[in-house]
Amino acid sequence: MLKRVHFPPSVLPYLLVAPQVAITIVFFIWPASQALYQSLLLEDAFGLSTKFVWFENFTALFSDDQYLDAFKRTFVFSLSVAVVSMSAALLLAVMADRVIKGTTAYRTLLIWPYAVAPAVAGALWMFLFDPTLGIVAYVFDMLGYTSWNFRLNGNEAMVLVVLAAAWKQISYNFLFFLAGMQAIPKSLIEAAAIDGAGPGRRFWTIVFPLLSPTTFFLLVINMVYAFFETFGIIHAVTKGGPAKATEILVFKVYNDGFVGLDLGSSAAQSVILMAIVIGLTVIQFRYIERKVEY
Amino acid sequence: MVENRPLLTLFSHLVLILGVLVVAFPIWITFVASSHDAVRMTQVPLPLLPGSHFFDNLWQALTEGVGNVKEVSVGTMLLNSLAMALMISIGKIAISLLSAYAIVYFRFPFRMGFFWMIFITLMLPVEVRILPTFKVVADLGMLNNYWGLSIPLIASATATFMFRQVFLTIPDELLEAARIDGAGPLRFFADILVPMSRTNIAALFVIMFIYGWNQYLWPLLITQDKDMYTIVMSIKQMTEASEESPEWHMIMMTTLLAMIPPVVVVVTMQKLFVKGLTETEK
Repeated sequence: MLKRVHFPPSVLPYLLVAPQVAITIVFFIWPASQALYQSLLLEDAFGLSTKFVWFENFTALFSDDQYLDAFKRTFVFSLSVAVVSMSAALLLAVMADRVIKGTTAYRTLLIWPYAVAPAVAGALWMFLFDPTLGIVAYVFDMLGYTSWNFRLNGNEAMVLVVLAAAWKQISYNFLFFLAGMQAIPKSLIEAAAIDGAGPGRRFWTIVFPLLSPTTFFLLVINMVYAFFETFGIIHAVTKGGPAKATEILVFKVYNDGFVGLDLGSSAAQSVILMAIVIGLTVIQFRYIERKVEY
Repeated sequence: MVENRPLLTLFSHLVLILGVLVVAFPIWITFVASSHDAVRMTQVPLPLLPGSHFFDNLWQALTEGVGNVKEVSVGTMLLNSLAMALMISIGKIAISLLSAYAIVYFRFPFRMGFFWMIFITLMLPVEVRILPTFKVVADLGMLNNYWGLSIPLIASATATFMFRQVFLTIPDELLEAARIDGAGPLRFFADILVPMSRTNIAALFVIMFIYGWNQYLWPLLITQDKDMYTIVMSIKQMTEASEESPEWHMIMMTTLLAMIPPVVVVVTMQKLFVKGLTETEK
């Protein structure tokens, strides 16, 4: 942690950490503690008086069907994004690991969606699937599926935001899967081949189990991504609709706080989200500590 | 490659090419849409091949507004986005370098306290503390300016951790040598540590530039003044045309402009990008 050789005490180190610490306190710790405090308050409809209500906001949330639905929805959404994006990325990474020529070219062509902002990705996919104009909607039409309209059908809206969110994350997963596979010693694969295992068998009995740390790590990262960073996609494509079909937790905090102005409930939701982030971060760090070395 | 199976190799290439095409398809359609005129963009089916209006649309977008964001040109938004992305990435790197230096090279009271305080920021993404943070920024009078857009986002635990790791791998002898030569702490930092971590700085810059450029929720809250709109957040406003149907050719041109800078950064600095990605995710 600290260098064996270091500088003698002075005011200098305080000056060095000052900017970071000041920003942390003003924009992170203070607002977070405000959220904690707010979550224990109840404000009347006109914002005239507030009273301290202990955990009433929380109990109200957990007995509110809408909130519980949003919770379930968020899990379905995150898990779908993680599964769709990771399986596509794994397939591509396995193939890219097999071919000798062109691995770098394929990598270049697959990594750039990472750079596209979630909101921009949302706009792209919304355009493709636009019920009246979109090209994909047109293809659906030709195939006889004429009723496609993600603006009216909740399930279709969900499929669309999952696709847009997963598309953006493929690059990230692909890079990590490919790196994970290239770290597996070739001798293991060769030994299995000598024993007569074909490519499919080798993948399922050697490569896939050895990739499990990478897979687990990516699962956590993808869940965090789907929980928090997809706000832009949801806001740009569906605004949580139709009829709240795509309202995930992060969107609900924003909507209840900024649009609905229900401060106590929004703050309580923030606190629950904080607990989730802390949980996920702890899982991520514990995993890093026990990182498997090949 | 363990054995030679030409058919399987061919299959792998086919899958990869298909993957690349699926990944690139939305972008192709964006480009095609941005090169047609308004009339063509209302006729179903939409074109699959580019038209001839690309540069007209580009010029119109850069100099005039689009759809219901008429008051401000896409050119201005690009400048706003650039300013925000640069301030965020450079700010993050600067304050993280300084704090990592203090934590690794100095023994002082509350050293670990500061370290954990910075660590906590990792667990407080802006999405979970929207309202109170907005209130702080409003109270400080930082709405509608570049400071409000960037400063609240520049605290960085990941960057601090990364620089801490880098500094810990730098041999102690360097500091001893520097001290014998009479270098003070600031001199050592500027002449030895910073030059030695320049690849890490560059890798981090790539990641943070993309992070800054792609901010959505924060600019949405902070900018009520249209002159401060960033390009990423404005696209949504454009698609929400109130009365007339959205001008898709101009919206797609804006979308294209919004993704070109970060994509160019990722593709041209691929090595640094991969390095940054793997090093910050720890």
